[in-house]
Amino acid sequence: MVVGLEVHCELQTKTKLFCSCPAVFGAEPNTNICPVCLGLPGSLPVLNERAVEFAMRIGLALNCSVKPSVFHRKNYFYPDMPKDYQISQYDEPINVDGYVDLADGSRVGIVRAHMEEDTGKSTHVGRGGRIAEADYSLVDYNRAGVPLVEIVSAPDITSSEQARAYVTELRSILVATGASDGRMEEGSLRVDANVSVRRIGVTEYGTRCEVKNLNSLRSLGRAIEHEAARQIELLESGGRVVQETRHFDEQSGRTSSLRSKEEAYDYRYFPEPDLVPLDPPAEFIARAGAALGLLPAARRERLSGLMGGENNPAVVEQVATVVDLGLDDLVVAAVAAGAEARLSLARAANEAAQHPAEARALSAATFAALIGLEQSGTLSATQSKAVLAELLESGGDPAEIAARRFRGMDDSALSDVLDGVIGAHPAEWARYLEGDEKVAQFLLGLVMRETKGQANGKAVAEALVARRSS
Amino acid sequence: MSPAPLSPAAATAGRVRRGEQRARAVVEEALEAIARREGELHCFNEVTAEAALGEADRVDALVAAGTDPGPLAGVPIALKDNLCTRGVATTCSSRILEGWLPPYDATVVSRVRAAGAVIVGKTNLDEFAMGSSTENSAFGPTRNPWDTTRVPGGSSGGSAAVVAAGGVPISLGSDTGGSVRQPASLCGVVGVKPTYGRVSRYGLVAFASSLDQIGPFATTVADAALLLEAISGHDPADSTSLDLPVPDLGRAIDAGVAGMRVGIVSDFLEGASPGIRHAVREAADALVAAGAAVEDVSVPTLLDGLDAYYLIAPAEASSNLSRYDGVRYGLRVGAPDVAQMNARTRAKGFGEEVKRRIMLGTYVLSAGYYDAYYGQAQRVRTLVVRAFEAAYERFDALLAPTTPGVAFRFGEKTADPLAMYLSDLYTIPSNLAGHPAMSVPFALGEDDLPVGVQVLAPALGEEAMFAVAAALESAAAPGSRGPVPAGAAVVGR
Repeated sequence: MVVGLEVHCELQTKTKLFCSCPAVFGAEPNTNICPVCLGLPGSLPVLNERAVEFAMRIGLALNCSVKPSVFHRKNYFYPDMPKDYQISQYDEPINVDGYVDLADGSRVGIVRAHMEEDTGKSTHVGRGGRIAEADYSLVDYNRAGVPLVEIVSAPDITSSEQARAYVTELRSILVATGASDGRMEEGSLRVDANVSVRRIGVTEYGTRCEVKNLNSLRSLGRAIEHEAARQIELLESGGRVVQETRHFDEQSGRTSSLRSKEEAYDYRYFPEPDLVPLDPPAEFIARAGAALGLLPAARRERLSGLMGGENNPAVVEQVATVVDLGLDDLVVAAVAAGAEARLSLARAANEAAQHPAEARALSAATFAALIGLEQSGTLSATQSKAVLAELLESGGDPAEIAARRFRGMDDSALSDVLDGVIGAHPAEWARYLEGDEKVAQFLLGLVMRETKGQANGKAVAEALVARRSS
Repeated sequence: MSPAPLSPAAATAGRVRRGEQRARAVVEEALEAIARREGELHCFNEVTAEAALGEADRVDALVAAGTDPGPLAGVPIALKDNLCTRGVATTCSSRILEGWLPPYDATVVSRVRAAGAVIVGKTNLDEFAMGSSTENSAFGPTRNPWDTTRVPGGSSGGSAAVVAAGGVPISLGSDTGGSVRQPASLCGVVGVKPTYGRVSRYGLVAFASSLDQIGPFATTVADAALLLEAISGHDPADSTSLDLPVPDLGRAIDAGVAGMRVGIVSDFLEGASPGIRHAVREAADALVAAGAAVEDVSVPTLLDGLDAYYLIAPAEASSNLSRYDGVRYGLRVGAPDVAQMNARTRAKGFGEEVKRRIMLGTYVLSAGYYDAYYGQAQRVRTLVVRAFEAAYERFDALLAPTTPGVAFRFGEKTADPLAMYLSDLYTIPSNLAGHPAMSVPFALGEDDLPVGVQVLAPALGEEAMFAVAAALESAAAPGSRGPVPAGAAVVGR
């Protein structure tokens, strides 16, 4: 199977692409609108400089060349589109020829990443909820004119897993640039897939179909699988794949024809006369580049370096998780503060990852202090996890939490428990005094049971040794 | 005895600013003058008398408070009805905008108001500014005050006619292929198309965005300069607006033409009527007498502009007019689904000429035809720019007829779109190049109808253009320009 993806990414600008209306999700319908984004007669677009900067950041993060570009009008009638044309970029896009390296080492080419405006959103009221069955339709133009970057991949993707990995990586990159919030569920990131199939060994591409309405990674994977299977079945039964646009139905997991190539719009692209060509000075591009933070691949490399370049799949996965959740800065800083690297990574990838937002807010010093307590044996693994959970929930100081929660820290309380255990098991105690180290474990276990796991194992062991030698 | 015609704008503004005349009196007089001939001429889609009197009172209050209302204080002005006016219907003389009230003012509207001018109404035009006679208005044609059996020209026919009829001293039109200059010539008034980008297009309902410019009408060159200065200047709301200082046109007028080099575009004389050819020759003589060096120059490429224009303008129009789909505002004709609703609304809402151009534009942008038509037209456009550039290496300004003939009769060209399109043959090249050009009333031609001569200048060459225009004005034949004294109009010359 051969897959190329078109990813539409909403930019996190404060205002829309061509006017100063707020570009926010979830406002009351038709409250963030003005003559420009409503396309009222006489209104004119003015390009949002911040959106250009974001688009450039994306291009640079995707290893593209940033070029002088021209806006075009893409003409077609659509009630969601106030002007009945979309201002987009056509044969002179802002970013061209880049690539994305995936965590598994594969590379997906980026053909272009161009700027355009979003459309409004229709709600079809009555019966089916789809336009054909609706009694009437309502349009919300809040989204109209929100800046988008459309990222077109090369047909380099060969499996649904790779498609998902690509979108996952792309999302991390987009979030890392600061240009996008990467939220697929809110529609900030929307994916269309071009799918074709060919026999193994054949180099020519098969006829492709474009699949729309992929609202999640799960849908993306299912839709590609279904579409490729459909095409293979068609070809093997002697049929032919017809180039068309298909709609993915989430419920049935199937794709169905939306419009054929013959019914495809003739967009009548021509240069947008209301805007001037975009040819930003080199300093502007350099500034966009300088604003780029560390990108996911570099972050993974940095973290992996701290782990001694470990290739062990569990570590690779932990590194990927930590970077994906934006917890790598925490780990790196904790290690710099003296925390043990692998232990820091494990706690971040397994426990902190359950509450990523809270974990990102954790100070590196606190995290390092916790890891230090576990490293020194002051806290057992189980206890360390419990302290971390409390830290994430309500904050505080790891040593204080540990002291409060685990009686093992309290010498007299521990001493009392120990007295009880020795009193109840005189024979075992005698064997211990004679030097039978195996009994130490048994006694320790009893203390732990007695304290319901609250005692510190190391402190108990030390107390036993102290008793023997006193 | 007919009442004295309104004083030119500059004089009126002077009196109002000095407190010698109340803006209210000026506006009342204008409203009366308009009312006297409106039934016959139909210059307006709407006269906003009440709002105008309110505005006049505001100007008077400023004067009374010692605040200067601006260089157009109390001057009544009419606006072509494709300029958005907040809360006042803006129809483009089309059924499709039925009931639409813009929620905002065009930049030029804010600017004339800020200069103290008082808006008296919205003038008739060819639907969406597509036409050369105002016969394409959905609300009926405007008549030429010089001869009511004839067209005033177009598309800004209402704005030209109301100034020629003495209703207001100044008005605004828009010029995409000659829509200010051609009616100015046919009505015997001054009409200016500024350099593209000189005047903000924000709030001008787009016809062909890369060609449209708003421009003034006036009875004198000085008044046109005053109005142009008031509306010029950078506007951040229009990305194609030039961020340059507004030229001092008054000083340019005073500077005269001595030593200037002016070329007569000989290619434009061949197709013009004898009366018009004669007027241009006399205009050349007048410039020589004023100290300019004048000679003929042949720039045949300019004549190719017409073909390029009738591909580019409809292409842009087909896109600009897509938004009139019945979904959001204006006319809506109900239908079972949205595609049919779009189609029925547009079928009913647009007139024949608009439909013709939408179809033409849609065709030239279509896949497979783009390069042969739109692409080729853009190449011709570049050739027109180069031809002008070559001419302007030798000349500071060019002189040419504005139109091939004087005002024509109603219906004379409606059956033959190509004949109508040819009315714009001499005005179109300046739009394609984005250069300034203006028409100055200079003589009476065939049937004693007014003839304007056209002054063309390179981009940003408004100063030279106004200097030449002023020199021509001072040598113009008596009685060749508006306002036409009431009662002097002859029906059926």
